Amino acid sequence: MWKIIHKFGSPPWFFRFATKAVQWLLPLMLIALVVGCVWGLLYAPPDFRQGNSYRIIFIHVPAAVVALAGYYVMAFAGLVSLVWKIKMADVAMRAVAPVGAALTFVALVTGAIWGKPTWGAWWVWDARITSMLILLFLYLGVVALFEAYENPEVAAKACAVLSLVGTVNIPIIYKSVDWWYSLHQPASIKFTGESAIDASMLYPLLVNIGAFYLLFAVVVMMNMRATLLETHSNAAWLREAVE
Amino acid sequence: MTRGYRALLAGINLDIKPGELWQLTGPNGSGKTSLLRAIAGLIRVGVSGTIDRPETLLFQGHAPGLKGLLTPVENLQSHPGGLIDAESDRVREALAAVGLLTSLNTPVMQLSAGQQRRVGLARLWLSKSSLWLLDEPFTAIDRQGTTLLEDKLRSHCERGGAVVFTSHQDGKFGANLNQLELADYAAR
Amino acid sequence: MRPDSLGFCRQLFVRHLRCGVRRVEDVLNSLVFFLMVVTLFPLGIGPDSNTLRELSPGIFWVVALLSALSVSGRLFSADFEDGSLEQLAVSGHPLGLCAMAEVLAHWVLSGLTLVVAAPVFALMLNMVPAAIPTLMLSLVLGTLCLSLLGGIGAALTVGVRRGALLLSLVMIPLTVPVLIFGTSAVGEAAIGYDPSRWIALMGAFAAMGLLLAPLAIGAGLRISLEQ
Repeated sequence: MWKIIHKFGSPPWFFRFATKAVQWLLPLMLIALVVGCVWGLLYAPPDFRQGNSYRIIFIHVPAAVVALAGYYVMAFAGLVSLVWKIKMADVAMRAVAPVGAALTFVALVTGAIWGKPTWGAWWVWDARITSMLILLFLYLGVVALFEAYENPEVAAKACAVLSLVGTVNIPIIYKSVDWWYSLHQPASIKFTGESAIDASMLYPLLVNIGAFYLLFAVVVMMNMRATLLETHSNAAWLREAVE
Repeated sequence: MTRGYRALLAGINLDIKPGELWQLTGPNGSGKTSLLRAIAGLIRVGVSGTIDRPETLLFQGHAPGLKGLLTPVENLQSHPGGLIDAESDRVREALAAVGLLTSLNTPVMQLSAGQQRRVGLARLWLSKSSLWLLDEPFTAIDRQGTTLLEDKLRSHCERGGAVVFTSHQDGKFGANLNQLELADYAAR
Repeated sequence: MRPDSLGFCRQLFVRHLRCGVRRVEDVLNSLVFFLMVVTLFPLGIGPDSNTLRELSPGIFWVVALLSALSVSGRLFSADFEDGSLEQLAVSGHPLGLCAMAEVLAHWVLSGLTLVVAAPVFALMLNMVPAAIPTLMLSLVLGTLCLSLLGGIGAALTVGVRRGALLLSLVMIPLTVPVLIFGTSAVGEAAIGYDPSRWIALMGAFAAMGLLLAPLAIGAGLRISLEQ
């Protein structure tokens, strides 16, 4: 187990691994995305209450799920970087932050697109959307903190501390926004009645969630490769691997 | 030791024994301050290898390390170094030794830069720690102060302490001085 | 950790308080800032006393948040610049604990003074008088939370250019629970319900903060000193 972590911690090994992984996963991800999106957006049956406008959830929910998971991945990488001082963990954290922020943004935009036909307004301050917005702020904070420091190695440590603090806070934030919402708004229209979702809608949703996870993994690995290319541009192993 | 993914220094093997006086030399940007701060433990990111340091040490960086609103006496008495004999008489003696007897009760921010530096240096008269790390201790000190400081460093080493300092000027230490030229250790 | 560390931290707390008292302008400045921003709301929303009464818990807490933000930036910057933070880091005392002494002193100077002045501002916003004790209690805990979070943010941004803006960006999402707990407590009290649930939540958040903030602040300060 420890050996695996050490392997990931070695830039040359990781570079070769990431290159191969991206080669395999990219087509797989594209297939999954196409299948999930086409199935959900075109072939899944229309919803009883919302008609066809609900279809955007096939993009919205996976984006939101992976965005939240991404923050935990980033915080975990930060923990590894702080405690075990593995430099690749810094690279991982730096790679995840913008991807997570972008996914959160997608979730927010698709959430707004869903909101318009459903509630008649482009933006509704309900619990989930508000929590997503705060998650976006948390991501942006990490990205901004990284850019603010001149020394990227030190920047990574600062971002690690921040993402860990954020991780502890996320459950509290989500819960408090939930309570805030129920305090001010008697439960009227609920978001996805997830427990009551029909199989014909559930499967394309799951496919897309898987596809988005793959998307996340692929983009993060590509980011990490790019960072390694940038920072180790003089290393012999890198020149070998690229030729 | 790296600084932002750029390797700065490599292969330094330094053993500082009691009674030794070390000067870190090298051109600007060669990493004198960074190395000194690494020895002090302030810089740990990007440092590979081990640094064994004694339990207590005295560090004087570029900044004076004093609270502007407090007087020199108050500053020295409440210094976190706590390596300091905080009894007022000894503090007064130390300040007198650096020539600040008249400014005992002036808030530090009203003193000149040179005077502030001297308050920082007064710690050398009060410190209990054996290892002294001084970054450019001779800046903003006049000739009289320079001689005073050189004598103090010499006597500290004679009593078994050790000093590592960086300086642009060559002091009059003669053969007792060990020098570490950082340009020799620059990493490619 | 040195044997005299706790005593030293207590000394540091007193020293910070003493420095703060010698600079009364800072404390007064934040209160005046609070007053001015509170004045902006009726100017923006309209002087209708019913609207103001309804919105007063929210307005109060938002202004408290902004006030805490603007003040937190100064928490460690003076120590960073004059080199005393460096000296603290090298001294062998636990940095996180020493920083907590400073954060708590800062809380006394900025947060508790706000609690004392709160009734005045609350009446200006036409808050239901019955809610004011709840307001003050929630402020005691809430300003503590804000000072702790401000400490974490300040520790991470102290050495950075344009740190003030970055501090806001970093701090604001983390302070959302404080805002929600505080306004809900006062809001409930204003309509005659029992706010103790919200006060308890605020207290739990503060307790957690007291335990975890020293770690984060210590780590953040060491990181800032690396530059």
